[in-house]
Amino acid sequence: MPTPSPDTPRLAIRGIRKVYPSVIANDGIDLVVMPGEIHAVLGENGAGKSTLMKVIYGVIRPDEGEILWEGERVTVPNPAQARALGIGMVFQHFSLFETLTVVQNVALSIPGKLDLAALSKRIEEVSERYGLPVDPRRMVHALSVGERQRVEIIRCLLQNPRLLILDEPTSVLTPQAVRKLFETLRQLAAEGVSILYISHKLDEIQELCHKATVLRGGKVTGTCTPSQETPQTMARLMIGVDLPACCHGEAEGGGEVRLRIQGLSHVTDDPFGTNLKDIHLEVRSGEILGIAGVSGNGQQELLRAISGEEPLTQKQAIELCGLPVGHLNPARRRGLGMCFVPEERLGRGAVPRLSLTENILLTAYRKGMLFAGLIRFGVAKRFAEECIKRFDVKCGGAHSEAKSLSGGNLQKFIVGREIMQEPRLLVLAQPTWGVDVGASSFIRQSVLDLRNSGSAVLVISEELEELFEICDRIQVIAKGTLSPSKLTADTNVEEIGMWMSGLWPGAKTEGASHVA
Amino acid sequence: MWLKFEPRPEPSRVMTYLSPLLAVGLMFLSGLILFLILGKSPVEGFKVFFMNPLRDSYGVAELLLKATPLMLCAVGLSVGFKANVWNIGAEGQLLIGALAGGWLALRFEGSHSPFLLPAMILAGALGGMLWAAIPAFLRTRFNANEILTSLMLVYVAELMVSWLVHGPWKDPDGFNFPQTKLFSAAATLPILLTGTRVNAALLFALVALVVGWVFMNRSFMGYQMKVAGQAEFAGRYAGFSAKRSVWIGMLAGGAMAGVAGISEVAGPIGQITEHISPGYGFAAMIVAFVGRLSPIGILFSSLLMALLYMGGEQAQQYLNLPSSISKVFQGMLLFFLLGSDVFINFRPRLVRRRK
Repeated sequence: MPTPSPDTPRLAIRGIRKVYPSVIANDGIDLVVMPGEIHAVLGENGAGKSTLMKVIYGVIRPDEGEILWEGERVTVPNPAQARALGIGMVFQHFSLFETLTVVQNVALSIPGKLDLAALSKRIEEVSERYGLPVDPRRMVHALSVGERQRVEIIRCLLQNPRLLILDEPTSVLTPQAVRKLFETLRQLAAEGVSILYISHKLDEIQELCHKATVLRGGKVTGTCTPSQETPQTMARLMIGVDLPACCHGEAEGGGEVRLRIQGLSHVTDDPFGTNLKDIHLEVRSGEILGIAGVSGNGQQELLRAISGEEPLTQKQAIELCGLPVGHLNPARRRGLGMCFVPEERLGRGAVPRLSLTENILLTAYRKGMLFAGLIRFGVAKRFAEECIKRFDVKCGGAHSEAKSLSGGNLQKFIVGREIMQEPRLLVLAQPTWGVDVGASSFIRQSVLDLRNSGSAVLVISEELEELFEICDRIQVIAKGTLSPSKLTADTNVEEIGMWMSGLWPGAKTEGASHVA
Repeated sequence: MWLKFEPRPEPSRVMTYLSPLLAVGLMFLSGLILFLILGKSPVEGFKVFFMNPLRDSYGVAELLLKATPLMLCAVGLSVGFKANVWNIGAEGQLLIGALAGGWLALRFEGSHSPFLLPAMILAGALGGMLWAAIPAFLRTRFNANEILTSLMLVYVAELMVSWLVHGPWKDPDGFNFPQTKLFSAAATLPILLTGTRVNAALLFALVALVVGWVFMNRSFMGYQMKVAGQAEFAGRYAGFSAKRSVWIGMLAGGAMAGVAGISEVAGPIGQITEHISPGYGFAAMIVAFVGRLSPIGILFSSLLMALLYMGGEQAQQYLNLPSSISKVFQGMLLFFLLGSDVFINFRPRLVRRRK
């Protein structure tokens, strides 16, 4: 591990305070980052990490406090100024234009006139060097979440930053790709680049980071040297109490088949999408099946096929509780007892400008909320209030707009809404993507409880850690094909990681292009 | 220094409702300036335009009469607008509604049946729906933009009216005027207030407002359309049919415009002429937006818009101004409303120009 040089700090901030009408986001925060240091910023959702990073990157102005950049007092009025200083940031929520190509998006953040062809070449070089494969000519709207993140990282690296801020960068990478990214980050650090690393994966922080600053409720609750801590001690600093361990319970297994997919093949209309090829899977009551894979390998297409958002021509290919449903729309499939938590929360899982009560209606209206075509708002409101209570959703109440909730809280609300409908089959996509540790472990426990009550659960996730924690069986998707299933107890991260490259026994060896 | 608009984190709810009032205020102010520029006394202009029409009970009754078709069209359109279904062709649907109902009145001119009038109203609604169904079909089947198709069909409808009153439907005893025979008493809407022209259509409009409110705020279908309008992918995720939203949005607008059309020819006009509507179908879009797509708001904004129509007539008579003055006021109202709405979602900030 390279030791930071003892020069003046690359970045020192003192007494940063930012007050919003309803909340103090940052309350007197101090932080020092040395050249070549990889510094973790830890904290739950709403702890003030994002606000602090936005202050450093010039997105928002602090009410109080000062920023010292390489020993000099600076103000960072806007991100362009931050970039001019040498600060690069990869946001958790991407800032890419969907209708432009990768290279056009990158060009937008680089001042002056540019030769797109030359820029494409530079993108390819950087992407190769740092193990972040992406085709500069592709349109962003056709990229998966993981690929979009790669574009964001590459866009930053192209500007040779001296301080790189990364917000949850590894959540969509294979273990092998995480290794490669860490090598890159270490290499950057060795070259003298400072890195601010926001993550909730405590083992990663332990492995990668030299120093960590822990935030809770807008205040610094401690700084530590991660290599001298355990994940448990860091979690305690972060959430104030010990992290609850997931209580597994015995897998029942052998229940009735709730979802059966047999020989599903589907060609998408999206020229950059992934075609599904001969998918077979089965989920039984009382078990959790996990589907692992690097993003962009057909997860989105498979999900839309299962949810019914993408109409299929093969009626028999998907069976729900013994009935062929390939031709049914999502509402009809819900009627048969399927619930579904999508990857995108705002705009798909919830309507941003509607209240939580109205968002309950989106999928739970069958639970006695309609009478003669009219809405029984009282019933919906009670359902919303119970969901808020049972799933510990932090919000102003059932009347709050969905978009006013933080990502983790909105996810708890959506998961709660689907679980409270007592589904016979629950399908979850990226259930804890960008959700903090406390909320993640709560969501996982809720899913386990649902399985123990006899429901069938299908989880599609790019976080292996999560799949190994909750799943009874795991299958891997690569290039639109699905591997055979493995009992979680009989496999390990290395084997599944290998399968994520499309290399499982009996796989057609064309090689997988989306693999890092 | 230059002006930059940045999104507000939390658009003000209060301002959402105040901005129509602000727009009305600005419209008044610019109107006064306009009178000044035209060499008229602003005080006199204001009096003639906005006070004269309401000086007696007959004036108030005329206001209600003119507000009726605006209310009907606007409430129907707002159902679609909420779901991002942009029916721009209410004017054409109004005309076809008038033709469909009017055809029954002419076909059964000797009839005294009490069922004639209800049948005409129904035919009017169906005619408007038929005309709105064309863009709905083109949109759902071929993904053709309904803004263009519905607007183009307005001109087709206008020409069709013109052809009928100049040709096959022309009153043979009408001294060659382009108009049909007068409708019989059994084919004319009953007057509500004696001594005025206010007729039963006002009741239809008020019922439409109530039904519209219930549909938009209390019905599950109205909820589904709101979701489709605000977050398309959430609607698809929930399994709400986007095509059904388009159909209901278009047909609601068409039906209401059709009822407005037949109510005009079976009401104050009493026959089909070339001038059934002074642009009610277009003005209703402004009414809908000034009323914030809410039936309660539409009730008030339709009265305001009716006042602009009447003020325009007064200005023509007493101030010697062209009748298009009321169109200028309509335009200013919409302009100021859209302008005010920008400030609800964005705040202006002066920033230094970057190199």
